[in-house]
Amino acid sequence: MSKAILDIAALHKSYGATPVLKGIDMAVNENELVFIIGPSGSGKSTLLRCCNRLEEPESGSILVDGTDILRPGVDLNRLRQKIGMVFQSFNLYPHMTALGNVTLALRKVQGMEKEAAEEKGRAALARVGLAEKVNAYPNELSGGQQQRVGIARSLALEPRIVLFDEPTSALDPELVGGVLKVMRELKESGMTMVVVSHEMAFARAAADRVIFMDKGVIADQGAPEDMFGNPKHERLREFLSRIQH
Amino acid sequence: MDAILQNFFNMEIASKAGVFLLKGLGMTLLLSAIVIPLGLLGGLAVAVLGSLKKKWLSVLLIVYVDFFRAFPPLVLLIFIYFGTPFLGLDIPKLLAVAIGFFLNTSSYYGEVFRAGIESIPKGQFEAARSTGLSGSQTLRFVILPQAVRNVLPDLISNTLEVIKLTSLASVVALPELLNNARQAQALTYNPTPIVLAALMYLVLLWPLVRLLSRLEHKSISMH
Repeated sequence: MSKAILDIAALHKSYGATPVLKGIDMAVNENELVFIIGPSGSGKSTLLRCCNRLEEPESGSILVDGTDILRPGVDLNRLRQKIGMVFQSFNLYPHMTALGNVTLALRKVQGMEKEAAEEKGRAALARVGLAEKVNAYPNELSGGQQQRVGIARSLALEPRIVLFDEPTSALDPELVGGVLKVMRELKESGMTMVVVSHEMAFARAAADRVIFMDKGVIADQGAPEDMFGNPKHERLREFLSRIQH
Repeated sequence: MDAILQNFFNMEIASKAGVFLLKGLGMTLLLSAIVIPLGLLGGLAVAVLGSLKKKWLSVLLIVYVDFFRAFPPLVLLIFIYFGTPFLGLDIPKLLAVAIGFFLNTSSYYGEVFRAGIESIPKGQFEAARSTGLSGSQTLRFVILPQAVRNVLPDLISNTLEVIKLTSLASVVALPELLNNARQAQALTYNPTPIVLAALMYLVLLWPLVRLLSRLEHKSISMH
């Protein structure tokens, strides 16, 4: 029996008077890759961003590796190290090299010595295929390379789970493959991952489970072959036909 | 021609007034060396406190910045220097001037730093926070280095203004460059010391102006 790394219960979130998440229950097990799909405005990015409290939910609970991250007085900065996050727009620090990006939190949050942090940072960059680019600045890298640095920045902290918020949406089509390849390898190495994305082919190939969100709730979920091959939920069929046309 | 030379470029008077003016220049430099770092620090504090988005604090900061940007610094100096004795405070001239300039320059620098911080995309905060950096670490290592770089030309431009502003201290007879030049003019019945002071300002400020124009050129070509 594998244990839940992420366990969300009765999660609610509104922007002002507009409810965005209307009672989300979901669990992600160790080594599992969960794919979240759904129309824009369905709340999938918000859900992801609640999981490391970039957004503050109104109510509910979120357990990461057994710790309730919504509990008052929780050491959020320490917890966030367990929860990697990869952003649509990469959000690399433009004034630092790839290695600087990857080692900043190691040095300042984990208090590692420069040499040890850099060794770890180099290893993380090598893992995403960028061993040659440690000293490059973000503006010297392609979008795909930048996103891989973003992934390395998360990995260096040895997270228990990595959240991907539309990691390939800002990339030119020919650069998407490199990023997906890294994600696939990550999955094979046993990383627990939650991915919000429209890369359906990747979901089919790599996801253990697909969650379909619609209007702030989990409308349907299942194995990718069922969800894509034989969608039962009407809104899911609609959604799939619109994006695959 | 001779009259112009006699009145504005009188070598004899220039050499007599030279040392006195250099003393004034020293005071101008001292005043700048006090006011610029304090103003920068104060401005940074104003901008950082403003970025915390605490309602009452933001209101307070807006009042502070608006007031001291709108209030003429000359009047401010007169108020502080001639007003404080009535409050039972006897503060030295240099301190009075430094306080007045600090209030004025920190509000200007504050606006520059604020613009810099606001120029940084929200994703930078989010990325830093998501790796466990605290709010102040995020400011220090991620936001401010970029913010300062983005507004460097404005900071230098403002610093130029501050150095020129120090000549206002002559209104309370602080012996800075313009004050001494005017005294020398009054004693010699000749405006040559003023021309000499102008030359000193020019020599002092020109390198900054050059640097500024190079930076502005660079930032244009980068976009």
